[in-house]
Amino acid sequence: MADNGKRKTKLLDQLESGPWPSFVTEIKKASESSPVCDDLLGQLELSYEEKQGHWKHGGIVGVLGYGGGVIGRYSDVGDRFPNVAHFHTIRVNQPSGWFYSSEAIRTLCDIWERHGSGLTNMHGSTGDIIFLGTKTSELEPIFKELTEAGFDLGGSGSCMRTPSCCLGPARCEWACYDTMKLCYDVTMAYQDEMHRPPFPYKFKLKAAGCPNDCVASIARADLSIIGTWKDDIRQDDAAVAEYAAQGLDIRKDVCDRCPTRCMDWDGQKLTIANRECVRCMHCINVMPKALRPGVEKGATILIGSKAPIVQGALLSSVLVPFVPAEELLETLQELIKRLWEFWDENGKNRERIGELIQRVGMAGFLDAIGLDPVPEMISAPRDNPYIFFQAETEEK
Amino acid sequence: MPIFEVAGKQYEVDEDGFLENPEIWNQDVACDFASSEGVTELTESHWKVINYLRSYYLQFGIAPMIRKLCKETGFKLNEIYVMFPSGPAKGACKLAGLPKPTGCV
Repeated sequence: MADNGKRKTKLLDQLESGPWPSFVTEIKKASESSPVCDDLLGQLELSYEEKQGHWKHGGIVGVLGYGGGVIGRYSDVGDRFPNVAHFHTIRVNQPSGWFYSSEAIRTLCDIWERHGSGLTNMHGSTGDIIFLGTKTSELEPIFKELTEAGFDLGGSGSCMRTPSCCLGPARCEWACYDTMKLCYDVTMAYQDEMHRPPFPYKFKLKAAGCPNDCVASIARADLSIIGTWKDDIRQDDAAVAEYAAQGLDIRKDVCDRCPTRCMDWDGQKLTIANRECVRCMHCINVMPKALRPGVEKGATILIGSKAPIVQGALLSSVLVPFVPAEELLETLQELIKRLWEFWDENGKNRERIGELIQRVGMAGFLDAIGLDPVPEMISAPRDNPYIFFQAETEEK
Repeated sequence: MPIFEVAGKQYEVDEDGFLENPEIWNQDVACDFASSEGVTELTESHWKVINYLRSYYLQFGIAPMIRKLCKETGFKLNEIYVMFPSGPAKGACKLAGLPKPTGCV
C-alpha cells in the first residue's frame, strides 16, 4: 500500500505521464468515493504485471423482457478483488446527436452512482452511453430508474444495435437530410429487433448528414446512410474571389486536391464540371463560405462495413445511389425488410451481412433483394476478362 | 463454485446460474430453475421449447440459432419472451439445462 492508503499502481502510473487525458487519472479520482474503482485499478495493475487479462469471456445477464443491453463481465481473480468480481456493462440508448440537458446528465450519473461504479464512457463506439461496472442484483433497479427517467437500454448481442447519427441540421449546414429525426424514427420502428436479438449476428445502422461522414458510418455500420445531393454544387463567385484575395491558393489547395480533377481555376473564375464530381466535400470544406451542397438533397444507402473478427475489415459499398430526403425513411424500411429476410434465411451463425454478400456474390444478393445493378455500385469498370455472359443477358 | 439451492435441493451452477453438469438434467431440474428466470408455471408451450433445445443440444452439442428455434417450435420471438421473460438464450437454455451459450457483446 502507498502512503495515502491506496494501492500501488506502478505500471498504471506510467499511463498518466503523457500529455493526454488519462483514464487512470479519472479512475483514481473516482476511487476517492468508490471502492469498486480501487479494486478495478488493482486488477488492471495485475493484468499489466502478468501481461494477461483477467475478465472472463461472456457472461449472460440481463433484465426481464430484454435479450440485450447488458454485457456480463466477471473477474477471474474475484477473490483478490471482490468489488469487481461482478463488473457488468450497461448500454443506454443515447439521444439522437448526443444532445443532453445538464439535468439529464445529472439524472443519469445519479442513477449510476447509486447502483454502480459511477464510471461511464460517453460514448461507446456504438454511440450508446456506457455504464461500466455493476452487480447482477442491481440490474433491475437500474433499469427501473432509467425507464422512469425516460431512458431505455441500447442493443447488444445479435440484434439491431442502437442506431446512431451525426448531429446533422442541429449544428451543421452541410446536412443533406434530418439525421436526428431519421435516427429517432428508425430507433422507434425497430424496438423489437433492438431489445430481442433475432439475427445471425449484430446489425448496425449509422446516419451521416453529408459525405464528410462524421460518424464514420462507411467503416462501422452494416447499413450506412450518407447524405448527398443530386444537382450542382452551389457556388458564390464573389466569395471565391474573396478567398483568393485572402491568400488561399485555389489551384493548389482546392483544384489539385480534387480526386476527379473536376475543377478549374483560371485566376478569376472557378469552374466546376459537376458531372465529374464524386461528392468528396474537399472543396466545400476548404471554402465553406463560397461553396455549398446543391439543393436537391437526399442520401446514398451503402451496405456491408464491419471490423475484422470472423473475416477482415470491410467498407460499405453503394446499394442505393440516391434517395430524396423526404422518401428516406420509407425506402429504408422496405430495404431493411428485404435485407433481413435474406440474411435471416441465408446467414450463418456470426456472419455479418457484408460477409454474406461476399460469400454469395453481389449479383446473387441483388437478385435476392430485388434490386437492379447500377453503375454507381462499382468503383471502377471491371478489369477481369474471365467473366462470361449468360445467354439471356446477351439476348437483351 | 456457486450453488443454486431450491426446495431442499442443491445444484452446482456457474456465475450466471447455468447448470455446471448438463448431464444431470431432468424435468425436475427445469421446474426447479423456473422461478429463478421469472417463469411461474411450465405450460405445454414451455416444454415444447425446452424439449426442442434439449434435443438439439444432445444432437449437436450447442444451442440452435434463434431463427431455427422459432421456425421449429412455431413460436414468434416475442412469444418466447412472454414465456421466458429473460429470453431464449438465458431463460430457456437455462431451464433446458444447456451450458451457457457463448454470446457475443
